[in-house]
Amino acid sequence: MRLIAQQLLKKITSNKKALLLGYVLLFVALAVLPFLLSNTVGRTWVRILDFALIYAMLALGLNIVVGFAGLLDLGYIAFYAVGAYTWALLASPQFGLHLPFWAILPIGAGVAAIFGVLLGAPTLRLRGDYLAIVTLGFGEIIRIFLNNLDHPINVTNGPIGINKIDPISIGGVDLTRTHEWFGISFSGVHIYYYLLLALLIFTIVMCVRLENSRIGRAWLAIREDELAAQAMGINTRNIKLLAFALGATFGGVAGGLFASLQGFVSPESFGLLESIMVLCMVVLGGMGHVYGVLLGALLLSVLPEILRSTASPIQRAVFGDVYIDPEALRMLLFGLALIVVMLVRPTGLWPAPRRRTILDQDVDRD
Amino acid sequence: MALLNLREINKKFGGIHALNKVSLTIGGGEIYGLIGPNGAGKTTLFNVITGVYLPSSGDVEFNGKSLIGRKPYQVAMMGIARTFQNIRLFQNMTALENVMIGTHAKTSAGPLGAIFNTKSTRSEERLIRSQSRDWLEYVGISSQIDYLAKNLSYGDQRRLEIARALATQPKLLALDEPAAGMNATETDELKLLIQRIRSDGVSILLIEHDVKLIMNLCDRVAVLDYGQKIAEDIPSLVRQDPKVIQAYLGGDLP
Ligand SMILES: Nc1ncnc2c1ncn2[C@@H]1O[C@H](COP(=O)(O)OP(=O)(O)OP(=O)(O)O)[C@@H](O)[C@H]1O
Ligand SMILES: [Mg+2]
Repeated sequence: MRLIAQQLLKKITSNKKALLLGYVLLFVALAVLPFLLSNTVGRTWVRILDFALIYAMLALGLNIVVGFAGLLDLGYIAFYAVGAYTWALLASPQFGLHLPFWAILPIGAGVAAIFGVLLGAPTLRLRGDYLAIVTLGFGEIIRIFLNNLDHPINVTNGPIGINKIDPISIGGVDLTRTHEWFGISFSGVHIYYYLLLALLIFTIVMCVRLENSRIGRAWLAIREDELAAQAMGINTRNIKLLAFALGATFGGVAGGLFASLQGFVSPESFGLLESIMVLCMVVLGGMGHVYGVLLGALLLSVLPEILRSTASPIQRAVFGDVYIDPEALRMLLFGLALIVVMLVRPTGLWPAPRRRTILDQDVDRD
Repeated sequence: MALLNLREINKKFGGIHALNKVSLTIGGGEIYGLIGPNGAGKTTLFNVITGVYLPSSGDVEFNGKSLIGRKPYQVAMMGIARTFQNIRLFQNMTALENVMIGTHAKTSAGPLGAIFNTKSTRSEERLIRSQSRDWLEYVGISSQIDYLAKNLSYGDQRRLEIARALATQPKLLALDEPAAGMNATETDELKLLIQRIRSDGVSILLIEHDVKLIMNLCDRVAVLDYGQKIAEDIPSLVRQDPKVIQAYLGGDLP
């Protein structure tokens, strides 16, 4: 069965016309998706989709560090926080700064990259569990700073967070307002969707190109055997720092977009649980596989929302009352799903083809 | 002119004196053998040369430059490549990818080149691929090009490690027991391969327990015992040296 599907896929992908048609269909589907959602299940779902796209970007960034270079980073959410707060401080009444979108995006990316190097550098000699613990600590430190930097000088506004963050506006068009174009009305979440989708596609292209490059191979080499990688002339220190910096950059950009979409940031969005959630997206989807990670991120950000909105009505319909709080149920099922996937598919739902070839070739050879 | 020059190398691990005042010189174009009983310090010497260990004292000079304090990747960039006694391939990567990583030292494409897929990156990538194919061909495992390293036979893994090392374009190739686990035919092929590498201008430092291979191949042989160099000469003289025979004490020296 799987073989037939694979052959079919091969046939389609080897036929240029079919491939083009596939892309066009996918493109159209992605373009009409928000309208489909807002006209059927409501506009909140477009917003949920927006957040899913942001999470996908975040997970792809973490995948560079954990999946490609094999560095277990449990504090990754710190870079998301740095990006979000950079955006918040540069485009809100907090300091009265209102920089434009095209200026904040690279600034946020740069600041996050610097933090990536700063937090990565002390961990370079650590591996595995030790690395995980130290990065976890760094993640918490950033959050604690955000919580307490409201005195002596008020920078982050402490636990209250920063409010009234400017919406993105491109060429004078405020992306959070509803606009009429070509006789179709686009609400803010719709426009954000297209912006985020474009950025996500760009992110995917970057990740795939990086993976198949000289740098990507060096990351894989470090993951496989650090000493052998060094013996090949790979400056493991710099190549690891590069992974930290690039991963942080993606995280920072995602954080900035999060801040502007939400209009508000506070330290509680950047806790350990969020770090673990993003790591779960990477691991569940298929560590080191760009499309697998994408799948993991979309699933883990959309499914819980579906659950949240259906848990109460279903319970009421079946039992006549709500017995389990949807929020508790969500975490319960989430944990369960994770355990099941890890037992059944330890390499993730959609693992890297490299991992698949291991199995295929084992079969071929004997 | 000496390519590699070790002067009075000492290496201690706690109480163990793994290398005791070892001095030796390897000339350009030479095949230099290093033998000795288990635990004599041969691999430790490799690790000192390649920057994995810092010697307790002594100096290592390569091409007139000191290697002391240089990192393994710097030593590799300067032109010393090595293989490992317990094969250290990138197991979950294909044979071709393993060799492609070997070209890292001599290529330069960075992250921006990759992200924007620039013309120079693409042409470098093509070059890396074709060179890597050539190296696989050179060591005779072209047919295994797309197999994962861990699925290769033991002998082919050893040869892949050599191909990967050669891809760094070294002036000195250090082989740590390359014939271990090979059958007689494979060992003969290995001998031809090493001779070919030398005739292509690469000097070779060879650790081996296979005495026949050492005797057939090496221009000079040094013998380590308990971290000390107890003999150094052409193979036919070394095998008659009483100290060497004593060290092996009825071992595998004929
Ligand atoms: N990292 C280390 N820490 C402590 N002791 C070490 C270390 N590496 C090697 N040794 C010790 O140094 C001595 C020399 O070891 P080495 O591996 O160099 O021997 P060898 O000649 O390569 O032996 P073999 O033929 O078995 O490979 C041994 O006694 C070994 O236990
Ligand atoms: Mg050894």
